[in-house]
Amino acid sequence: MTIGEVKDILEAKVLIGGDRMDEPVDTACGSDLMSDVLAFVKDKTVLITGLINPHVVRTSEMLDITCIVFSRGKLPSEEILEEAEESGITVLSTEMTTYTACGELYVHGLPGTKKRAGAEGA
Amino acid sequence: MGVLIEKTFPVEAGAYETAGEASTTIKRTLKQLGVGAEVLRHVSVACYEVELNLVIHSLGGELILQVEPEKVTLISKDVGPGIPDIEKAMTEGYSTANEEARTLGFGAGMGLPNMKRNATEFDIQSEVGVGTTITMSFALK
Repeated sequence: MTIGEVKDILEAKVLIGGDRMDEPVDTACGSDLMSDVLAFVKDKTVLITGLINPHVVRTSEMLDITCIVFSRGKLPSEEILEEAEESGITVLSTEMTTYTACGELYVHGLPGTKKRAGAEGA
Repeated sequence: MGVLIEKTFPVEAGAYETAGEASTTIKRTLKQLGVGAEVLRHVSVACYEVELNLVIHSLGGELILQVEPEKVTLISKDVGPGIPDIEKAMTEGYSTANEEARTLGFGAGMGLPNMKRNATEFDIQSEVGVGTTITMSFALK
């Protein structure tokens, strides 16, 4: 799946990274708990979250998460968007709830992340 | 072979706004040095977790990055308060984080176990009233 397809499925607005719609994504995860997000392998991953603060972007940068989707129509501040721009992370906003957004992507064939992060699990 | 790069990053207690900046700089530095994507992710995740721990739990401290040809080492040193029961602190789900950390999406009790999982070698020494030192190394080859 591409980021552009994610955008279409979630009927999302593109806040950052309009030129990256052709980039591929392999997995997705939905969480408001960054501690848990940090504990799972992320590569070419979409993060769907209802949490809005700069740590969502920083966590994503650490894990090479390529796309963040803010659910329930939430809009991040300019500072958060600037940080995402600087990190090269695409940011979308959807009116769907986190649960619905995850479900839509899943039925369209985007699987969840499975492997634990870490040397032994990777 | 000796240490190629050594950099120290002070980390302020309670500075939630800027927490993660040292990790971002460290990640970008290592990326420029050509460290591979997988190792880079392990270092970045462990570094971010330990930096957040300094902000959330410590009275202040520093992060030291050392780069050698064979490995990257991260050392976190703080000036207290120290961990009374390290075994308990290493248990997934156990957390003493405050409400502010939890509001930001942290404090799930995953930090220390996640650092250990990501590092090739992990060591933690702590003394109540003195401080905690965590040393993590990541093999490059």
